Amino acid sequence: MSDHDHDHARTFQADHAEPTSEGARVGLALRELLIEAGHYTPEEERAVIAAMQGASPRDGGRIVARAWTDPAYKERLLANGAAAIRELGYELEPYEFTVMENDDNTHNVIVCTLCSCYPRSLLGMSPAWYKSASYRSRVVREPRKVLAEFGVELTDDIDVRVHDSTAELRYMVLPQRPKRTEGWSEEELAALITRDSLIGTQRAFRTE
Amino acid sequence: MSEPWGPHDVGGQQGAPIDLAEHDTAYWEWQIDAMVRLALKKGLISDFAELRDGIEHLAQDDYDKCTYYERWAKSLAYTLVSRGVISEQQLSNQIDAVRARQEAEVAA
Repeated sequence: MSDHDHDHARTFQADHAEPTSEGARVGLALRELLIEAGHYTPEEERAVIAAMQGASPRDGGRIVARAWTDPAYKERLLANGAAAIRELGYELEPYEFTVMENDDNTHNVIVCTLCSCYPRSLLGMSPAWYKSASYRSRVVREPRKVLAEFGVELTDDIDVRVHDSTAELRYMVLPQRPKRTEGWSEEELAALITRDSLIGTQRAFRTE
Repeated sequence: MSEPWGPHDVGGQQGAPIDLAEHDTAYWEWQIDAMVRLALKKGLISDFAELRDGIEHLAQDDYDKCTYYERWAKSLAYTLVSRGVISEQQLSNQIDAVRARQEAEVAA
């Protein structure tokens, strides 16, 4: 690449502002020190980032679709989430993993009030609101009101269960299989699943 | 309600309506994310609880004004300085170098 191309490339760097906050500078400085001291290399950094960027709610969707179509798998998933998820070839960090099932009278929603623990290896990067003080503080106090803000209106005959994650125990919601999806393939079902349905801030699916 | 444990202990508090806007992750945030994962893998920190502990020790004001990955950065810095992996002086010199470089880029 010529110098000329390089100059042009610079103009495309501005999608994000230069991280000039005090906290970001601490991070950049620390990164440079650790790389300079040989604790890790930029190549290792890129590999870790690529692996984390590769995780997405599609992975969670595959697990749910398998559970919807294979009752024995669903039983294993609810009994020991981590083991059943590893069965499908996913690498999980060493923590417990519990899958909570929605039914006609139960709706589950997950949060991490103390930090923002999230099953990233299955769902990818958590949404900004999941990390926000508003969601973390309010969803345990007034879950129905919070869920209504997401467009989930729950009638009184549906119990809401809020699960507070920790660094050692992560949750995922197993949503209800929508009606009128008999005969759908596992792939078609997996395509219905959204990130929010696995967190519990969505309950219904669009099947048309 | 009992007294909060620290700035992180927000469960059950009152709060504003939830901002549902999505945001993408800036590359420097991915770099901090990777740095923490690699620090864990290389044994520079022992587990994620150590990262959390550092975050929970932030002053309320610092906690409130930092974004998510800024908290991670400050927590890891705190841990690595207290473990002697890097010195406070080294870190502060490097922060100065980053600032000087950024200011020079803006001026250019």
